[in-house]
Amino acid sequence: MSAITRRSVLTGSAALAAITVAPLEAKTVAQRNAAGGVRVNLVVNGKVQSLTLDPRVTLLDALREHLHLTGSKKGCDHGQCGACTVHLDGRRVLACLTLAAAVGPRPVRTIEGLAAADGTLHPMQQAFIDHDGFQCGYCTPGQIMSAVACVQEGHAKTDADIQEYMSGNLCRCAAYPNIVAAIRQGRDQMEST
Amino acid sequence: MRPFVFESATNLRQASYLGLRSGQGETDAKVQFLAGGTTLLDLMKLGVLRPDRIVDLGPVHAGHDAIHLDANGLQLGAFAKMAAAAEHPGVLAHYPAIAQSLQLAASAQLRNMATLGGNVLQKTRCTYYRDPTWRECNKRNPGSGCAALKGFNRNHAILGVDESCIAQYPGDFAIALMALDAQVELSSASGSRRIPFATLHRAVAGQPHIENTLRSGELITSFIVPPGAWTRRSLYLKVRDRTSYEFAIASAAIALDMDAERVRTVRIGLGGMASRPWRATQAEELLTGQPLTEANAQAAATTALKDAITHGHNDFKPELARRTLVRALLQARSMRVADAEL
Repeated sequence: MSAITRRSVLTGSAALAAITVAPLEAKTVAQRNAAGGVRVNLVVNGKVQSLTLDPRVTLLDALREHLHLTGSKKGCDHGQCGACTVHLDGRRVLACLTLAAAVGPRPVRTIEGLAAADGTLHPMQQAFIDHDGFQCGYCTPGQIMSAVACVQEGHAKTDADIQEYMSGNLCRCAAYPNIVAAIRQGRDQMEST
Repeated sequence: MRPFVFESATNLRQASYLGLRSGQGETDAKVQFLAGGTTLLDLMKLGVLRPDRIVDLGPVHAGHDAIHLDANGLQLGAFAKMAAAAEHPGVLAHYPAIAQSLQLAASAQLRNMATLGGNVLQKTRCTYYRDPTWRECNKRNPGSGCAALKGFNRNHAILGVDESCIAQYPGDFAIALMALDAQVELSSASGSRRIPFATLHRAVAGQPHIENTLRSGELITSFIVPPGAWTRRSLYLKVRDRTSYEFAIASAAIALDMDAERVRTVRIGLGGMASRPWRATQAEELLTGQPLTEANAQAAATTALKDAITHGHNDFKPELARRTLVRALLQARSMRVADAEL
């Protein structure tokens, strides 16, 4: 028996809500099915995932709603906040402004794919814990994915660089000083291994 | 987001064919090309763009994303990402205004996604355009009026506007292309052609819903920036409400060639100020052959802004633009330009 989590309760109530409005939605759903979905093979954290999706599904929604990888967060859904940051073909991008159907064979890496197979955290994940680089934690997966790429790009050499090149990741709790400190440590450890 | 049919184009010719119904530079065309998607997806979610067909250009990228420079100038593939051009060592050394305009734009994530071709075609940030609950918007809903004229227009355009639309062109890269006299290579089902970048965006002329001179199905394939003594001494100065990750409220791209104390050639692009990428040719003429003093720079800036039309909240912009331009000119004059081999 699966444990009851906040997420299973939330999706359960969402399904109930969907049933209630089903008659109103029936026609549009039928039209959509008539048009046919798009067959998508996503390579996520090293695994090939075959899905048939409505063409409107973004990479973020495919990850969260279809593959149940809910680490990537939906903040603004308009490319302004950075909470949905993932790596596509090794570069940090915004999953909310990427159509899943347009991803193709390019590999996707999410926060779920960052730790080692034995569960050892990535140095950047550990650094965010060590430096209290978050308060509510909602922006954190995006911050960490962005920070890892920032170091790999060579844009984390100074605090000023970190601030400039992390400006696409907003933190409404304003944990910024701790985030910068975490990235300094994460950088040093990434570069020494 | 409204339902649409998703298609992928495997080459340029097929893309042009699939995109024949893309409209002639109209904002809300029924077929839209998908490159980086950073503008398109955003505006589709807002209900501003409502295409019934998306032509994905993903498979076309690889053949048209090269960045090449030699004695004949700089060629930027239209599918190169903003980040690639911003960090290209040759662009940084020989065309710094271009590198800076891209570095100072958007965020690291967006620069990894957005292509150069899509960047120059990005849509205005006018809040009335971006919010379909406002009926009045001639750009989105032709003939309906302009809510910004009497609305909140703090960052609306003051140059190249008329009563039909005061929306501002928001991009940075295009301003550097204006100053550097770039050309654009276009491709369509009927072949390719090359036009001056300055003619890519249309004047408002009472029809703000038609933004550019692209023909149906036509795609930008590359930007060509001619060489010149002024490209090395070029810069992009961007003024904004916060230090990073923000659109310009004023900007200037300068390309300058000095003959000792006198201006041999100067080219000036203005951003955060106009309905389309703007070149200040009269100011350039005023400075040519003159010493680049602060007084002369101020006179040129006054000329550049003499036709400004403001609408209340943006009354501050002519003065901000003048100061930005003067500062950019003086910075360009004092730039240290080291010799670098191509």
